[in-house]
Amino acid sequence: MTVTVKTFDRLADAASAISTERGAHFLSGGTLLMRAVNEADPAIKTIVRSTDPAFRHIAVSSARVELGAGATMAAILAERELALLHQVARAVGGPAVREAATVGGNLFAPSPYGDFAAALLALDATVTLAGGYGERELQLEELLGRRDRGATLVSKVTFRRPPGDAFRFAKVTRVHPKGLSVLSIAALLPLASVRITGARIAYGAMGRTPLRAKAAERALEGRSLDAAGIAPALAVAADGTSPSDDAIASAWWRREILPIHLRRLLLGADQV
Amino acid sequence: MKTPIQLRLNGEDVATFADGGANLLDVLRYSVGDLTVKGGCWQGTCGTCTVLVDGAPRLACVTLAESCSGNSVETVAGLRRGADLHPLQTAFMEHFAAQCGYCTPGMLMAAKALLDRNPNPTREDVVDAICGNICRCTGYEPIIAAILDAARKDARRSA
Ligand SMILES: Cc1cc2nc3c(=O)[nH]c(=O)nc-3n(C[C@H](O)[C@H](O)[C@H](O)COP(=O)(O)OP(=O)(O)OC[C@H]3O[C@@H](n4cnc5c(N)ncnc54)[C@H](O)[C@@H]3O)c2cc1C
Repeated sequence: MTVTVKTFDRLADAASAISTERGAHFLSGGTLLMRAVNEADPAIKTIVRSTDPAFRHIAVSSARVELGAGATMAAILAERELALLHQVARAVGGPAVREAATVGGNLFAPSPYGDFAAALLALDATVTLAGGYGERELQLEELLGRRDRGATLVSKVTFRRPPGDAFRFAKVTRVHPKGLSVLSIAALLPLASVRITGARIAYGAMGRTPLRAKAAERALEGRSLDAAGIAPALAVAADGTSPSDDAIASAWWRREILPIHLRRLLLGADQV
Repeated sequence: MKTPIQLRLNGEDVATFADGGANLLDVLRYSVGDLTVKGGCWQGTCGTCTVLVDGAPRLACVTLAESCSGNSVETVAGLRRGADLHPLQTAFMEHFAAQCGYCTPGMLMAAKALLDRNPNPTREDVVDAICGNICRCTGYEPIIAAILDAARKDARRSA
């Protein structure tokens, strides 16, 4: 079965095409969508792509980071100013996957994929949606909640650059150095003197989409990052999660090991 | 509908037509006739179809062929240096890094991508470079040894 491929210079035109044509799917890096095309998935009738340079653009200032949704993991790794995301980008597949896999595609990747999306969720990212009649912004959390409705084209993702070493990330896999997630954890841990204020914790592979650990976030408020301070957060670490059984791990196992890895991430390797 | 595709394949211009949605692997094998590129899973999982697009490793099976139009593509067919094998090919033979040989084209291209960018890799660099390539025969150690050896010999030659 062949599909029709439509390539647009402007992202807005690509957005119009996917919102008006039934069976039209946006192709970014293609690491997931091309699998479906190779399998002759009858739902894919048209592939829509865009060569708009703005789609791949990365802009970093001292206060803000803006990632074009078409930026690849390799492009992020090549950007020295994005060191805070290097561990996350390196966690997505092997080198050949990273050359193609994009930020935008990661937001739509089914669990257990979505490691980069989990990091962006912890960073409180905002997504910009392209449309034939202009752009609009949405919190990433909201997008994740409705991403399966389709006909959405993300043009870029922005977030405020976190202070110092407030951002942490860990991916748990069975195969090293590259493996799919048993789970991933991203945490933004702003400190006011020695107390945490406004922590954001996000998990990958602990639900249908990356999700926030809101109970753990609340339990960390005003606490210090030591064994006693984080104990209440660990007790509620798995609240609100709904992991799946898959070839990588059972849901039970994911829930069991979650607090162990959250503890390691919060305390830092030297304190565990 | 067929789409025209032009590539610079191993230094030579080639032009062909591809079905809509065709992946680069199928176009290289069935339209262009470069059978040195192998297909394993058509899911991006095994790595045997690894080729270089503008010098970067790519999984040909999950790469839309027409997105590479105008780009340079390298496959194992272009590795030889005149009458000589590429140092990586020689090292693979010397270290018995190929058994059934199915993963070998992808391993060679993943290794070439590494050495082109980093001629003095550490063992860790090598493991990362081939971590998307599955080998079910060798246990990987002979492959890692071959890549490190090829890097050492190339460094000595250019010193
Ligand atoms: C071998 C292998 C290993 C992998 N390992 C990992 C891993 O460790 N961690 C991980 O997170 N993922 C992994 N992945 C999955 C995948 O590579 C990544 O999630 C990647 O970021 C997806 O991006 P893409 O550009 O390739 O998406 P595509 O395949 O182009 O698209 C995927 C989906 O997202 C939609 N989409 C893409 N871009 C947009 C956009 N801008 N707006 C709206 N919709 C969009 C597409 O329509 C499609 O439905 C792996 C994949 C493979 C093949």
